[in-house]
Amino acid sequence: MRTPLFLLVLLLVAAAIFAAAVLCGNDYVFFAGYVVMQYVVLSIAWNILGGYCGYVNFGSAAFFALGAYSTVAIYKLIAAQDFYSVPIPVLMLIGGAVSGIVGFGMGYLTLRLRGAFFAIATLALAVVLQTLIVNWDFVGGSRGAYIIRPESIAPFGSYIRYLFLMMMLLAVVAITVARLIEHSRLGYGFATIRDDELAAEAAGVPTLRLKLIATTISGALMGMAGAPFPYYIGYLQPASTFGLDYAVNSIAMPLIGGTTSWVGPVVGAVLLGTLQQVATVTISSAVNLLIVGLLLVGFVIIAPNGIVGLFQTYFRHKPEDFVGRRRVDTDSPETVP
Amino acid sequence: MIFSFDLLINAVVSGILIGGFYAAVTSGVSLSFGILDIVNIAHPAFIILGSYVAYIGNATFGLDPILTAIVATPLFYALGAGIYQVYYFAFEKRGQESLRGLAFFFGLLFITEVSLVLYFGVDYRYVEAPYIGPAWHFHMLDIPLRILVPCVVSLLLIAVLQLFLTRTFTGRAVMAVAQDQLALRLLAIDPIRIKRIAFGMSIATASLAGAFLIIIQPVEPSVGREYIGRVFAICVLGGMGSLPGTVIAAMLLGIVESLTSTFYGPSWAPAVSFGFLLLTLAVRPAGLMGR
Amino acid sequence: MTELLKIDNLGKRFGGFVALDNISLSIPAGERIGLIGPNGSGKSTLVNCICGTLRNEQGSVHFDGHRLDGLDAHQRTHRGLARSFQLPRPFVSLNLMDNIRIPLVYTVAARGKHHGASELQDRCVALLREVGLDSKARRLPRDLTQVEMRKLELARAMAAEPKLLIADEAMAGLTHSEVEDILALLVKLNEQGVTVILIEHIMRAVMSFSRRIVVLVSGKKIADGMPDEVMRNPEVERAYLGQ
Repeated sequence: MRTPLFLLVLLLVAAAIFAAAVLCGNDYVFFAGYVVMQYVVLSIAWNILGGYCGYVNFGSAAFFALGAYSTVAIYKLIAAQDFYSVPIPVLMLIGGAVSGIVGFGMGYLTLRLRGAFFAIATLALAVVLQTLIVNWDFVGGSRGAYIIRPESIAPFGSYIRYLFLMMMLLAVVAITVARLIEHSRLGYGFATIRDDELAAEAAGVPTLRLKLIATTISGALMGMAGAPFPYYIGYLQPASTFGLDYAVNSIAMPLIGGTTSWVGPVVGAVLLGTLQQVATVTISSAVNLLIVGLLLVGFVIIAPNGIVGLFQTYFRHKPEDFVGRRRVDTDSPETVP
Repeated sequence: MIFSFDLLINAVVSGILIGGFYAAVTSGVSLSFGILDIVNIAHPAFIILGSYVAYIGNATFGLDPILTAIVATPLFYALGAGIYQVYYFAFEKRGQESLRGLAFFFGLLFITEVSLVLYFGVDYRYVEAPYIGPAWHFHMLDIPLRILVPCVVSLLLIAVLQLFLTRTFTGRAVMAVAQDQLALRLLAIDPIRIKRIAFGMSIATASLAGAFLIIIQPVEPSVGREYIGRVFAICVLGGMGSLPGTVIAAMLLGIVESLTSTFYGPSWAPAVSFGFLLLTLAVRPAGLMGR
Repeated sequence: MTELLKIDNLGKRFGGFVALDNISLSIPAGERIGLIGPNGSGKSTLVNCICGTLRNEQGSVHFDGHRLDGLDAHQRTHRGLARSFQLPRPFVSLNLMDNIRIPLVYTVAARGKHHGASELQDRCVALLREVGLDSKARRLPRDLTQVEMRKLELARAMAAEPKLLIADEAMAGLTHSEVEDILALLVKLNEQGVTVILIEHIMRAVMSFSRRIVVLVSGKKIADGMPDEVMRNPEVERAYLGQ
């Protein structure tokens, strides 16, 4: 399927989802939906570096938080009435730019490290960033920061509807980006890095450059997901914004869903995200995390290829001929590397 | 920032003592990561588990925490051996250690921590013992016994481990398994069994380290997270599996943290250990006493 | 003849172990070199240092007039160096066609030669055919035998359109006729202008293919010359028989 058509289909699906949510009549659907869409973006973003390249990033929370704090910084910099006229997409672009640059920087510092060291380094970086923000009074430091969410915005009605729509559109963008990567020379390059980095170098793949591209795109998308967060949450606090909960979710969702294409992260995010929303409301948020941990460990041991992998085994397809990878027996003209 | 020699020397001494404790905490990771190359990022969670076990022994039965920990050591060993078996069958055998192995331990970290929260709640827990409270005064030195005692026992633990690794047959097999599995097989030693023993020991050290922790400070489930950076920083800086190196690196980190905390405030403390780690990785991945 | 590869006083240690001890070598363009030596003598380490997989501590490598030290492995491949690995390292999640496609789109394209989609496909199939793997073009490496994986290794190195190809024990485990096929392939490559370094234990293959033989023992070069003289060299005899 060519990309423009794919994008159109996604937009139609998004419109349908939005319409269905409006019909529900209860704004809670939008609050829950926002979180799920946010996780779709985070999972896809994580998967670009983790699933495609094989480099595990434990510091997702840092990129997410940087996006959120960029918004806070802008809020503190400009007058209130000017701030509220800054559209969310612009905030996303700024948050994305900040996180993208940091992603590039982090990559530059850490990507020469072997897999396990890289993962630990990402965790270290997240904590260092968190400590810097906690000690930076301009954005509120450890006291946190408030952003008052407007009541409503035309033509959506309540503001949360606008937030949900923006996040869903970001999810559409993220999915499209992921799919474009998969079908391009870049995607194949990523796969060689994951399979055998040494052999990839020997074959002429500029592994460091590709890894930097992956960390930058991944970080930027996470930052974009974080940018509207202050609006959503109202009161931003470093401890929870940088929390390991984001790290575990952005890892668990792609691993449970499946890491070979954009489908897995979406499946994982929708299933796990919805499950968590239900569990938080009905039981407690601690149990919620326990479930995520158990599912992560369970899937990683029993179903290493995730839900998507289970489907494929059930229907006896080979992994590489699923959506997003080229079909085994045909060559679509679009897949010219 | 008030500079006083008094403050400085106390900060340094306290750093050295805490460093001794950090060495015990890291010894488990020196075994699992330094020697076996298994990235057990959940190790700090097992230490917290050890703290809570010591707490139960102390609060319910009035036992000394270190004693409880020693008694609990075989249980922790069994836990470690069991985890390694799962890890081996699920990951090492399939050659998928990197991504999924890391995720596995990350998941374990969460499961352990959240289970503790669900069972014990988020209140800080502490233990009571005759050496918690009094301090030893020597000229301008002010050394709380609750830090001195764990440090001494920690160093004892390290010494025992080092003797085991260098003087016993199994210990030397553990050192060898990191370098040449084939050679071990040719000697009719099952490398998997050796690794299981080593990993079991790694988790067993967590039992004791946990007791030391709760003696030094009150504990609640998420305290483990700040130790992730410390533990890996010390392990790498100490040369990945060299126990003497671990002790030196641990004391170094302890001193730097102590000085930062005393003169710049405790809110910068997490950045110190993690920053250390980044520096170490960037500059000398082979550590101070490299392999 | 122009000098293609020049190695000066190359040294490499692993901790206390000296893997390469002051190796100097000069290889003119178009040559057919056999590199032999007992196991552990440093042949693969030498290849790794030339290709950039390992960094040498001492000495220098010049290729095509340019100094290679400090360049990443992929940059050296772009300049015309290619190697196959002793233990095959295929890209396991890609099928054979895509395995071959990688050097074509990353190395050859980096030199400015861009192929269209169908041209690329033809190129891949042709390369696979040279090693007899075209029937398995759409299969994954896990469906291949050990021998077929070695052939894939070689085909992937060839796909990078190198000036110098290093074949590291590409023939281990092959039958007599398979060895002949690979040798014929390497000869054909050489006739097209590719300089070939053959690292092998199969003596008759080395003898029939090489115009010059270099012998490595314990990290040192102990002989370098025409095949007949080298094989009559008493040190070489001792290295192979006396151990």
